[in-house]
Amino acid sequence: MFLGPLDINFIMKILPNLLLGAVMTIKLTFFAITLGTLIGLLVALAKISSFKVLRWFGGLYTWVIRGIPLLLQLMFLYYGLPFMGLTLNEFTVAVIGMSICGGAYMAEIIRAGIQSIDKGQMEAALSMGMTYPQAMRRIILPQAYKRLLPPMGNEFITLMKDSSLVSVICMTELLRAANLLQNATFRPIEIYVSAGILYLMMTTFFTMVVNRLEKRLAVSEGN
Amino acid sequence: MIKVQNIIKDFGKLKVLKGINLEVKQGEVVVIIGPSGSGKSTFLRCLNHLEAINSGNIFFENQPVGFNQTPEGKIVPIKGKELCQLRSQMGMVFQRFNLFPHMTALSNVMEGPLTVLGKAKPEARDLALELLSKVGLSNKADNFPSQLSGGQQQRVAIARALAMQPKLMLFDEPTSALDPELVGEVLSVIKKLATEGMTMLIVTHEMAFAREVADRVIFMDEGKIVEMGSPDQIFTTPRHPRTREFLSSVLRGYEKIPYPQVG
Repeated sequence: MFLGPLDINFIMKILPNLLLGAVMTIKLTFFAITLGTLIGLLVALAKISSFKVLRWFGGLYTWVIRGIPLLLQLMFLYYGLPFMGLTLNEFTVAVIGMSICGGAYMAEIIRAGIQSIDKGQMEAALSMGMTYPQAMRRIILPQAYKRLLPPMGNEFITLMKDSSLVSVICMTELLRAANLLQNATFRPIEIYVSAGILYLMMTTFFTMVVNRLEKRLAVSEGN
Repeated sequence: MIKVQNIIKDFGKLKVLKGINLEVKQGEVVVIIGPSGSGKSTFLRCLNHLEAINSGNIFFENQPVGFNQTPEGKIVPIKGKELCQLRSQMGMVFQRFNLFPHMTALSNVMEGPLTVLGKAKPEARDLALELLSKVGLSNKADNFPSQLSGGQQQRVAIARALAMQPKLMLFDEPTSALDPELVGEVLSVIKKLATEGMTMLIVTHEMAFAREVADRVIFMDEGKIVEMGSPDQIFTTPRHPRTREFLSSVLRGYEKIPYPQVG
């Protein structure tokens, strides 16, 4: 099979468009990670709460969101909500959809991380007179954070790649930028190889940041 | 200082505490001994409401712990703030130290005064350094728990509890997780506290230590206080057959108990 030589000149011509898409991908991922982590933390805390209603809600949330494809959720938000009187722009829909979905996965990771911390830590904190939120914030979460980092890093990378799904709701991120170029020029090899390399660069950079953080945290406990 | 009235605690079908009554006065050192599974640790953990009791009353300086009984006889849980306030006045030392691994020894000791009491950093630091030197670990202030031996970790844990300037200290088998050669250093810190007049409740398997430090010894078995008395009385003339049986099995080999003939 002949792949044909990659035309560097053509790549240079499409690169600005692809880079614009990549910037949007980064933007989406950044917002989705921030919001998603917040949602994940709240849902995780709900799931281990002593209040039955909160536990029930947390369980329902992860059950529903993890059980339905992100693609369908995005389409519902984008095409469905306007029928219910709520029209949001593409960017908002994309961020909300990705955050809600990422949050459900992160909730499970965070819950497992919190529960992996020895029970004696919470008891020691409470026995000093700390409130539950104080114990969580000062004692449990800082320890859980370290254990959470590798699986959370994975989740962040997944989220970055899944951001390509929002191309279906006309959000011009990297994949849709590539698709638009493809429709206009019909040179899929240069276009998709370039886009793939850009994705790879972004995920690699992310992995490196997470690894660096992990190493720094290991040092901070003196082992 | 602390008054316990007929407390009952069960884990599902398992009855762990079957009606415990006890009153501890200020400055008193009470040592609780007994076989494993007798409810000693659970009892201690009920006192600061790490475990919720099923019924009964606990009063710490006349304030109810965990639950309160209304004049109509209804049992209601006390407010979170009040509970924290009560707990902050009772120091607890755990079998497995439970130091915070992400903090240095110094930060561990500073944590309570900073977070719970809201003290200023320099003040908390001075107090923490003073307490670390009291337990003989001034030179380990900047070490993380993972860099300390078990005995050192437990001494930091004692300093951490003392940093709250508690009125009462609860020790839950403080030396059970230690290598034998490290037991002495922890016990000597506790002894020092006893001579300073700290009110303490100590669950331990160290009989020689119990005899030396206790004002009162309690023998617990199967969720009940079987026998209570001065250390001399319990260790030399135990009255209850279960106490005798227990003591003879744990003391076998290095301390002889004269057996009064029961007839």
